[in-house]
Amino acid sequence: MTHEELTAYLSSRFPAAEISQGKQYVEMTVAASDLHSVAQQLKEAKEAAFDYMVCLSGVDYPDHIKVVYHLESTSLQHLLVLKVKTDGRENPVLDTLSDLWPTAEFHEREVYDLLGVKFNNHPDLRRLFLDDTWGFPLRKDYVDDVHIVSR
Amino acid sequence: MAELKEIIISSDNIKTDEYLVNMGPQHPSTHGVLRLLVKLEGEIVHNVQPHVGYIHSGIEKMTESLSYTQIPHLTDRMDYLSAHMNNEAVALCVENALEVEVPERVKYIRTIMAELQRIASHQLWWCATGRDLGALTTFFYGLRDREDILDIFEETCGARLTLNYSLPGGVMFDIHPNFQNRVKTFIKKFKKILPEYDELLTGNVIFQERSKGIGVLSKEDAIAFGVTGPSGRASGFSCDVRKHQPYSAYPLVKFNEALGTEGDTFRRYQLRIAEMWESMSIIEQLIDNIPEGDYTAKMKGVIKLPEGEFFQRVETARGELGVYIVSDGKKNPYRVKFRSPGFSNLFAINHIAKGWKIADLVAIMATFDLVIPDIDR
Repeated sequence: MTHEELTAYLSSRFPAAEISQGKQYVEMTVAASDLHSVAQQLKEAKEAAFDYMVCLSGVDYPDHIKVVYHLESTSLQHLLVLKVKTDGRENPVLDTLSDLWPTAEFHEREVYDLLGVKFNNHPDLRRLFLDDTWGFPLRKDYVDDVHIVSR
Repeated sequence: MAELKEIIISSDNIKTDEYLVNMGPQHPSTHGVLRLLVKLEGEIVHNVQPHVGYIHSGIEKMTESLSYTQIPHLTDRMDYLSAHMNNEAVALCVENALEVEVPERVKYIRTIMAELQRIASHQLWWCATGRDLGALTTFFYGLRDREDILDIFEETCGARLTLNYSLPGGVMFDIHPNFQNRVKTFIKKFKKILPEYDELLTGNVIFQERSKGIGVLSKEDAIAFGVTGPSGRASGFSCDVRKHQPYSAYPLVKFNEALGTEGDTFRRYQLRIAEMWESMSIIEQLIDNIPEGDYTAKMKGVIKLPEGEFFQRVETARGELGVYIVSDGKKNPYRVKFRSPGFSNLFAINHIAKGWKIADLVAIMATFDLVIPDIDR
């Protein structure tokens, strides 16, 4: 699907979502409570068929953490950037998407490890790279006087 | 004799307890510091849990305090066997964000270097695979031939492994006057040598017995686990970024995306050999036609990206590398995420290795071609 077709399809299917044309790809922001159902429809609907999760990243902002999913359809060759904001930074929780895309299981563990976002129903939510004594290094307010030289 | 017969029991009835074995972090077949916690019953693998992070170097965090010209130098240290492609990925991402058009000469040089790097990486993979499965000779052949490419790299940019060659805007230096001749000599020589690889290992009965039908990954699972690169393509997952979202000089060349259907260890092996032929054909199409011109576009001393998010995908020797830059308009990025191919590929291993013997796990790991800093970043 072209960007226009994809935008039209998504806005008719998900009226509650915020859809915009980014610099490169179509971007869609959904509410945290809708994340799992929207993702499931994106994967299972024939017109969307997003079967390949390319990338899952977390970004820390002053008042929330954003998790960004790059989804691609291998049959229809289109790509969508799905974004979801957590509710605050104190105790950020989202639903896992690892039941839909198995690769998400480990990407979510990485986001948990480095940004402290918890994922509901995750089969094995443990820290991935670091041990439990570390904070969450990719947060902007993380201070480590020993290992990080700040200029 | 009658008494003896009675005590012979079928081996199917012998049950042992499950036990855990740590494979790594110092195990030759993990190719670096990776620990696999393997649950075994006898020799049969029941579960593989990868433990990563031994060389987690916080590259993503470090980039937040670096400028866009400094970041490519760190990416060399992720997948050191695809150093050039990693540099190129960051360079392309920044160029796209700034909407800078690089000179044609740069595109040609980058593509030729990337394909040389791919051949060098596959050579090292080939010799290590042979060694993992007990064919030590391959190690000497592979390293001998890789040396030719490393010498070309050294002459071009002074480094053999961490090239630091691509920067936003272009490449660091112009190619050496000898470059074209040396590359052509290498291609001519390697075309004669590559069939030797098949004679040495591919046709070997022991190697075939240990790889055919072992560790099958279906196309659906390859997509679900995000297994890209030659490992994914051996299962029929058409995921070559060079074909689907061509960058640099790839739109100008003709090449086939090698695809398989079986998805077993042997197919993954064959696929990388096929990729070396394709890489040589790409280089041959470009090497005589490098256009004259500048080796870098005019760039500002301090690069500031416009506010926004940028995503660039390139095909490294291991699969799809994604660079995701979030910029807030300053000279440092707000956040950089590297979607490394090794990370996604590694975690499919538990799914594949279940039910196979521990020696097969070594064969499966070998044809997944893992580079550990690429996983840990």
